[in-house]
Amino acid sequence: MAVLRDSGVRPPVPRFSALGLKAMVLAAVSVAIMVVDYRQQHLQVIRSALTSAVYPLQLIVHSPIAAWQRWQASMASRDSLLAENAGLKETVQKDEIRLLRLVAAERENQRLRALLGAAPRIAERVAMAGIMRIELDAFRQRVLIDKGSRDQVFKGQAVIDAYGVVGQVTNVGPVSAEVILLSDNAHSIPVQVSRNDLRTIATGSGDPRRLSLNYLPRAADIKVDDVLLSSGLGGVFPAGYPVGRVVEVRRDPSQPLLSISIEPYAHLDRDQEVLLVWFDKPTAPPAPPEVAKPATSKRHGPAAAGTDAPADATAKPDTPAKSAPAAPAAPGTKPPTAPANGAPAASPARTGTGATP
Amino acid sequence: MSRERAPPRVLLYVSSLIALLLSAVPLPSFLDFLRPDFLLLVVVWFALAAPRAGGLAFAFFAGLVLDAFQGVVLGEHSFAFVAIAYLVHRFYLRIRMFPLGHQTLTVMSLLFFYQFILFWIDGVTGHPVTDWARWIPVLTGTIVWPILVGVLSRFLVRS
Repeated sequence: MAVLRDSGVRPPVPRFSALGLKAMVLAAVSVAIMVVDYRQQHLQVIRSALTSAVYPLQLIVHSPIAAWQRWQASMASRDSLLAENAGLKETVQKDEIRLLRLVAAERENQRLRALLGAAPRIAERVAMAGIMRIELDAFRQRVLIDKGSRDQVFKGQAVIDAYGVVGQVTNVGPVSAEVILLSDNAHSIPVQVSRNDLRTIATGSGDPRRLSLNYLPRAADIKVDDVLLSSGLGGVFPAGYPVGRVVEVRRDPSQPLLSISIEPYAHLDRDQEVLLVWFDKPTAPPAPPEVAKPATSKRHGPAAAGTDAPADATAKPDTPAKSAPAAPAAPGTKPPTAPANGAPAASPARTGTGATP
Repeated sequence: MSRERAPPRVLLYVSSLIALLLSAVPLPSFLDFLRPDFLLLVVVWFALAAPRAGGLAFAFFAGLVLDAFQGVVLGEHSFAFVAIAYLVHRFYLRIRMFPLGHQTLTVMSLLFFYQFILFWIDGVTGHPVTDWARWIPVLTGTIVWPILVGVLSRFLVRS
């Protein structure tokens, strides 16, 4: 490569020794880059520069497909647009009504939290980002979005869509960022079961329609159709966003742990747009009163069966409207689970991130 | 395969650019894992047909760009590309003499070795891809190789 002459004459002496040396040097450089990039963050500048350098190429791939989709959209017939518009209006109206109920619930929630002395709900801000039509790697569940550090996107930022949690940002370029999806087998998210606050970790499987829970003991109280919410532990994801639904629980008597399949709510393989979330990291609340409060409220719970359900509702304040239908089911299953899972799960959840990595 | 005319570097840049774009064009998910490693095939072809233009440094930078493109740990593909390009450069006089079928099988073993290096680096960096489908690009790359040789050789002779 050192000699770039355009004559095609072969070198009289084979360049094998120089070739071997050059290969060694380049391979060593590659390994050094890998080590530095993997172990430390020193290469962030170089990576950012490279990312912005290849961004035009990615745009070249993306734009014809995006243009085709836009063209298709602009060629849609009047009737289908009208029908779509009517459907959307209906959805908006239904959502407005739901939202009204939710506002009341939120106000009540704030009041109850104030009574409990708990930290107020975390303020959040979201921004929309488009997913670029780019294939990064067939065996990794990653996508590229068209927002970058110019739009205050940061590494480790949570990404959601209209249905649930999507993933988190792994690399940030100036105008683009890479998002690892929940379903990547290198990704895990801390979750809790909305029914009984059982906390665990959901890991990707490589399949965009499946996550798995690999760390629950055989005696764990979990069953098909349980709803999993992000627990907020670890500080990456905001608490209380829907993650998925349990679709299969395999109890193999020879295995100490359950093997559980989750269907993610987010449309990981169909999304065109996602939402980036900014939220203030929960500051550690004053510890001693926090630990005492949930314990006393739990002690009151089993004493009167009627107050059990409201007590349970306050224990998971960030639950969205989705869990409202699930609440009536809770009292029926509550008595056996409350001593086993409910109490220990609820109290550390209040104290913060110390319990689970 | 013409070997007495060094190709213009334009061909090198254009073909690697196209290979890079082909590696990112979205496909339906059931076709996705069939995608051959276009950029590696181009690197191998230039190492065979025009070893001066397509040297080790070219392989290195092509790999680095692919790393940035795919967002994997930097250096992964550049290491694998350099290793494969070294093998090709080491034996290019011999491989060039092979009949096409024989050459294709050689390329297949190179592709397998390439996937193995990636598999190994993935494992070391903690993102193992243990799906059997990851070896399919070896087969599709083998199928694509004769076509690529036909196309690129044609451009090389004409220019």
